[in-house]
Amino acid sequence: MTLLAPLGALGRATLALLAMVGRVALFALSALSHMLRPPFYGREFGAALMNVGWLSLPVVGLTAIFTGGALALQIYSGGARFSAEAVVPQIVAIGIVRELGPVLVGLMIAARVTSSIAAEIATMKVTEQIDALVTLSTDPMKYLVAPRVLAALIVVPLLVAVGDVIGIFGGYAVATGTLGFNAAAYLKNTVDFLEPLDIISSLVKGCAFGGLAALMGCYFGMTSGRGAQGVGRATKGSVEAAAILILAANFLLTGAFFSL
Amino acid sequence: MIDLQGVTKAFGNNHVLRGVDLTIERGTSMVIIGGSGTGKSVLLKCILGLVAPDAGTITLEGTDVTKTDRDAFLARFGMLFQGAALFDSLPVWQNVAFRLLQGRDRLPKPEARDRAIEKLRRVGLKADVADRLPAELSGGMQKRVGLARAIAADPEIIFFDEPTTGLDPIMAGVINELIREIVTEMGATAMTITHDMTSVRAISDRVAMLHDGVIQWTGPVSQLDSSGDPYVAQFISGSAEGPIEAVR
Ligand SMILES: Nc1ncnc2c1ncn2[C@@H]1O[C@H](COP(=O)(O)OP(=O)(O)OP(=O)(O)O)[C@@H](O)[C@H]1O
Ligand SMILES: [Mg+2]
Repeated sequence: MTLLAPLGALGRATLALLAMVGRVALFALSALSHMLRPPFYGREFGAALMNVGWLSLPVVGLTAIFTGGALALQIYSGGARFSAEAVVPQIVAIGIVRELGPVLVGLMIAARVTSSIAAEIATMKVTEQIDALVTLSTDPMKYLVAPRVLAALIVVPLLVAVGDVIGIFGGYAVATGTLGFNAAAYLKNTVDFLEPLDIISSLVKGCAFGGLAALMGCYFGMTSGRGAQGVGRATKGSVEAAAILILAANFLLTGAFFSL
Repeated sequence: MIDLQGVTKAFGNNHVLRGVDLTIERGTSMVIIGGSGTGKSVLLKCILGLVAPDAGTITLEGTDVTKTDRDAFLARFGMLFQGAALFDSLPVWQNVAFRLLQGRDRLPKPEARDRAIEKLRRVGLKADVADRLPAELSGGMQKRVGLARAIAADPEIIFFDEPTTGLDPIMAGVINELIREIVTEMGATAMTITHDMTSVRAISDRVAMLHDGVIQWTGPVSQLDSSGDPYVAQFISGSAEGPIEAVR
């Protein structure tokens, strides 16, 4: 009995996890189906586009430029160990476009957007605003969830594209400014080296990460417990879940795109 | 006519409703009284389908509320929540006009705004609050905006969860009169929760007292003082002595 107790606990934890995965999957399907059926709430969608996209630009830009610059320095000093300093433009381009651009933008969106969606919806839940929506014949899945998830699916790939460009520019600025690279050659090397699949994978990742980030915010908000503590837990849980799912999805997508 | 039969609801080990039987006739005003935490708000939410009862049936004009078209069902209702539950991202007038701005036969914005301002005036608020955000209003003002929202689409059935709590006596009087007027002049059915005995007498046709998860007593308001029920007697006199424990 006592010998098997840890096994029982493990089993319960696994079951709880599976049940949670099931609930999240059902929630995601329901959100998708509401995106496709009217009524559509244009105003909510516009506000979500603004919040997820436009207002995230400064954070995305700063993250990308510093990362691109640091990456150029690392590759230069690492490459110098076997006289391969010249590969800086190529590796910066690959590193940013395939991996760091989408992942860092995804994590920034998880920090900025997932948390704010979760806190907002959870507060609405706790103060009975969600109940009030229902009594006013408005489906919260349609009014709150669908516009936010749709906005993230559309706008996060664009943010990733912006992040990619700024990241490469960060590498370019460091390489030409302090490492003595020729500006025109750096750009030519970058452009010649990148393949369409690199860029497609970057945008697909952006779409997936954006969708996950918004969904987690909405899910944890809608299932929030009562009181200020409920809001706090929902917010924390949503960011953790979004960050882990983004990193796991990144691994799977990288495998799918580049290991074949 | 709303009819509840054997409605029960528990949250974990907390058995809130233990078999509520209650009938509210069409076009009448029912007031629910009862101690804090006895499940009055939960009861209203059960009727609206916001909380799923564990057992029992709730019917509206003979049809089970869980089996009707939700949109058509909810379109007949207005609800004032205990905490007002205003949408804090929308200005006051859009809160009030929320239902008027949704759906297939929505009103154009200027018209909806005029309707909202008219309803705000009926709950004693001036037109200049229309463009403010709910967070900028006092608690009592928020409550009245919630009330305006509940009556904005002229619903047939209106639930008021503590409409006069947090209002000054004059404003409470205005609201009591408004609720009475909505029932007598517009023929609406009202169900009001209140702790304010003045309100009870001003608003109600019938009174029901919820205690220990069941309807302890129900009858016309004229019999409230001669109910012969010790729970009701203690409740309306506000005495600490009696069958209702003061610590719950
Ligand atoms: N969503 C919920 N989850 C868990 N418990 C709940 C929930 N809603 C209500 N309760 C519990 O149900 C009981 C009745 O709550 P309710 O809000 O209906 O009381 P009330 O009669 O309206 O009291 P008051 O007059 O103070 O408003 C309380 O014990 C409350 O803790
Ligand atoms: Mg209550």
